[in-house]
Amino acid sequence: MTSTAPLIEARGLTKRYGGFTAVDGIDLTIGEGEVFGFLGPNGSGKSTSILMMLGLTEPTDGTVRVCGHDPSRNPLAVKRQVGYLPESVGFYGDMTGAQNLRFTAELNGIPRSEADARIAELLDMVELEDATNQPVAQYSRGMRQRLGLADVLLKQPRLVILDDPTLGLDPAGIVWLLGIIEELSARQGIAVFLSSHQLQEVQRVCHRVGIMSHGRIVLEGTVAALTAQTDAGGFRITLKVEGANDALDASLASLPSVRETSRSGIDVVIESDEDVRASAAAAVHGHGARLLEMRANDRTLEDIYLRYFQEALQ
Amino acid sequence: MSALFWKELADHFGRRRFTLLLGLVALGLVWGAFVDLGQLASSGRRFFFLDVFTTTAGVPISLLSFLSFFGPVIGIALGFDAINGERTQGTLARLLAQPLHRDSVYNAKFFAALLTLALVVASMMIVVIGLTMFRMGIAPTGEEVLRLTGLGLVSVAYLAFWLALAITASVLFRNTVTSALASIGMWFALGFLITLLGGVLADRIVPDIETPDDAVRHVTIESWANRVSPAGLYSEATSILLDPIGGRALNLFTIEPGRLEGLLSTPVSAGQSLQLVWPHIVVLVAMVAVLLALSYIRFMREEIRA
Repeated sequence: MTSTAPLIEARGLTKRYGGFTAVDGIDLTIGEGEVFGFLGPNGSGKSTSILMMLGLTEPTDGTVRVCGHDPSRNPLAVKRQVGYLPESVGFYGDMTGAQNLRFTAELNGIPRSEADARIAELLDMVELEDATNQPVAQYSRGMRQRLGLADVLLKQPRLVILDDPTLGLDPAGIVWLLGIIEELSARQGIAVFLSSHQLQEVQRVCHRVGIMSHGRIVLEGTVAALTAQTDAGGFRITLKVEGANDALDASLASLPSVRETSRSGIDVVIESDEDVRASAAAAVHGHGARLLEMRANDRTLEDIYLRYFQEALQ
Repeated sequence: MSALFWKELADHFGRRRFTLLLGLVALGLVWGAFVDLGQLASSGRRFFFLDVFTTTAGVPISLLSFLSFFGPVIGIALGFDAINGERTQGTLARLLAQPLHRDSVYNAKFFAALLTLALVVASMMIVVIGLTMFRMGIAPTGEEVLRLTGLGLVSVAYLAFWLALAITASVLFRNTVTSALASIGMWFALGFLITLLGGVLADRIVPDIETPDDAVRHVTIESWANRVSPAGLYSEATSILLDPIGGRALNLFTIEPGRLEGLLSTPVSAGQSLQLVWPHIVVLVAMVAVLLALSYIRFMREEIRA
């Protein structure tokens, strides 16, 4: 990451529809080459924030600058450098995949000869080389999504904004997409702004995440920092134990600083104030059971997310 | 803008709806071939190439009436899904994420459709005129050419009105079916209802026609009501253009072509007729401009949600 001006800089960005506040004064900074996960449940204001970043709707209040420009005042400067994959991307069904991309290239003023080479390369990258000359009407949802990704990259953007790109993809498709995102950021230095309501995927590829709830960013930072921040200040140790029994449970529960233990099948969970891994392992040994696996503080982003949203809902 | 303009134009000429446009040109072919030229010639009228458009000899209705009735359908067909069609398809957000201004999307759509309409009207007229030349072995006079050019202009302006109406509907309504129905509803309202209401209004204001003054007032009220409607403007303008002798009476007396010939036997010049229809063209263009401005303002400020 370089120390140049941020690609996205939002200050107090707000959007109201009548009495309803969809986005409530969010602050955001996204740097060059960064992968930012914009998380939150449906209806939390993610898409509306994105629309404001692209000048597709005007902010009620606050400012946003994308690549140094105001998207409402100077939308073209923004759109030349930013690729946007809308939530439900559409193509002209009667045109082939390649024709659709060629049209986008024309709109971006890319010369024909250059465009054709780039289109072939991109279609290859999104694994649509066999469907190049097939009308998009015959594409599956996943194929459209991949074509959408090629479409977004055609203009060689500095920043890519993907609005819920995994929606409707199968698990293999999601893994593939995340691989592409990682590669874009690592190899080509393209910043990725990834909105999603699915978390597992996001924490894997994102440098930083922001969690939206009711129009506000309620948490922001790296996954590790967020985990620390939301951790209740204790340890959660998970073990896989073969041959566990009630006696083992009792001795684990009686270890110093342990608050709670639970077991289902071979999975044992210990909540404690201190790290009791060593003594827990000794206890397992002592009862003649076999320890297969042990992990500490294995809080996923999902735990945070769920915890946060349970709080937010109350 | 130009990339989108050419794509739109290609769409109009490539898609199924172009069959409709082609149908119109084919219709010109049929009319040109079946109009009873012998009957026209024996009536001793002087403006052959104009009469071909207004005569009912040998054909069910005159070509002009046909254009006046069904032209709106073509204008509407080219515009009713201009904006909301892109929205439904999910391409509007993607389109507007490219470096082009919103107004160029709008303009490209309007001008591509307008050019299509102009090409269709011109082809149809050329087909009719060409066939008539072929069958009669005479060429139109300069007078006639001028008047026919005027007819082409007025026709394109008339169709442009319905196009603008349909594009406005496509901005205002999210659903393409709704915008098509709304446009057709407006076609009925502006095309037929106003004319009927004009008659009713005139009857209410001038119930008994006793003096010539009453008659003039009655007709004046009717024709002003008519001028609110683009169809009324169009029929008035075309009757001035295509009937150099009776047309200048400007609906003052409802006349069939040729009935006043004994009375007013000198035709007005094409220049004079064009001068007479100039306001009609201006009003039609102004109506188009108002509609476009309305939808333009709406579209420019609108939120483009995928």
